[in-house]
Amino acid sequence: MKKLINDAGAVVRDSLLGVEAAHADRVRVDHEHRVILRREPTRQGKVAVISGGGSGHEPLHGGFVGIGMLDAAVCGEVFTSPTPDQIMAATTAVDAGAGVLHVVKNYTGDIMNFEMAAELADAESGVRVAAVVVDDDVAVQDSLYTAGRRGVGLTVLLEKIVGAAAEEGRDLDSCLKVAQQVVATGRSMGMALTSCTVPAAGKPTFDLGEGEMELGIGIHGEPGRERLPLGSAKEVAAQLVEPILADLDFAGDAIVMVNAMGGTPLIELYIVYAEVKALLESRGVTIVRNLVGNYITSLEMAGCSVTVLKADDDLLKLWDAPVNTPGLRWGA
Amino acid sequence: MTDTAAVATWLADFAALVHENANLLTDLDRQIGDADHGSNMERGMTAVAALDPGQYPEPAALLKAAGMTLVSTVGGASGPLFGTFFLRLATAATGPDMSPAEFAAGLEAGLAGVVARGKASEGDKTMIDSLAPAVRACQEAIAGGDSLADALHKAAEAAAAGRDATVPLIARKGRASYLGERSRGVQDPGATSVALLIESAARTLH
Repeated sequence: MKKLINDAGAVVRDSLLGVEAAHADRVRVDHEHRVILRREPTRQGKVAVISGGGSGHEPLHGGFVGIGMLDAAVCGEVFTSPTPDQIMAATTAVDAGAGVLHVVKNYTGDIMNFEMAAELADAESGVRVAAVVVDDDVAVQDSLYTAGRRGVGLTVLLEKIVGAAAEEGRDLDSCLKVAQQVVATGRSMGMALTSCTVPAAGKPTFDLGEGEMELGIGIHGEPGRERLPLGSAKEVAAQLVEPILADLDFAGDAIVMVNAMGGTPLIELYIVYAEVKALLESRGVTIVRNLVGNYITSLEMAGCSVTVLKADDDLLKLWDAPVNTPGLRWGA
Repeated sequence: MTDTAAVATWLADFAALVHENANLLTDLDRQIGDADHGSNMERGMTAVAALDPGQYPEPAALLKAAGMTLVSTVGGASGPLFGTFFLRLATAATGPDMSPAEFAAGLEAGLAGVVARGKASEGDKTMIDSLAPAVRACQEAIAGGDSLADALHKAAEAAAAGRDATVPLIARKGRASYLGERSRGVQDPGATSVALLIESAARTLH
């Protein structure tokens, strides 16, 4: 294992010291609970939006804390959900009387820990918590016999849009409704060229031969549904886009993210984006906004994912609203 | 007798077993999960083993503290699940010494808590596949008049058999379920931890 770390057991702690040092103008860090918060407390009467999950997906979630997006992000160990007391600490810290929306990616551990935290927060301090579960990964085909679809790339788009809704002053129910609309109308699919190495594990989660790829991966370095020979960027773009279009009719305007998993250079990602755009246009999908870059990663994994979200006027207005976070910034 | 000291011995022994097997647990999780089960369980049980039994006059209090410690240090799915197991086990304990019947009932309450929190059933390739047969074996043995030690030995055998039986299963819950058919052929890490837990109980509780 070759990594820029001091101690394989202290990766999250040490990284948070750097986040605090680099972004003190916008965020502060509760090191005890490993929570990244906005520097300024939540405005009284504003719905607070928090998310969290395992670390190793940076900039998600901590990089999206700031005006127009999240109020706080709870950092678990690498690829491990945070604990209920961490989530509860974040929930009570950001509540400004209008309730707290939990953005939860659909993984067994995340669901259980956020549920326990919501029960504790309600019982101990009466904070009103609503939760939206993101499950956009079309690679998981049969939800009946699995833990359900995973929450992946759509989480980034949802945090931006719901963060704007809360900033605009919408109440908890309205924010939840927007979040549910995003979940209902967004889908993702990912692939990997390499695995990644969890620092505490010390070796790659799986091995991929030269000329092979994993199709249908999540964001935890886990193997996907299928191991296939690697084709051109054009072929890979089709292998990612087709299952998305087969799952939901996206004809019309869309927000599209082509996301790198942490180890893929932008020069390759732009090649994929061009192919994705051409393919979507040929199928009647018009990309009206896009993101191309590392937004939700899997440590140093090479590979990419595609996320497509139907766009309507309200979502576009929320998308275009000012945002000022370490990981995403425009208009502010 | 199953007093606080005995429970503390069990927890310390389980922590040592988890430490010895941490690489195995992580390695199994690398194959069908996300390569963190061993390190997560080790972090949690190290914290549990550091609890001072002297602060807990009765087994219920120590078991509850162990459960809360796991919930607050492990994270992932294992934290809430193993934490819930100990919190529920604690509810069956009354007074300074748990009777064999109380312990068996506590195991059953622990299983019910894990099922409620994780929403998995036997055969889904999860920790329940070793916990459920162990609880049944213990209950039957205690009902038949066995000592706690004998009952727990039978439970440990049942847990090990349940663990081994997860190898050919296709995972239907947890992160391994995303692999579908590809999850077949690997022993479930959670069931492996449960087998260690019951094995440890069998050699420390009498």
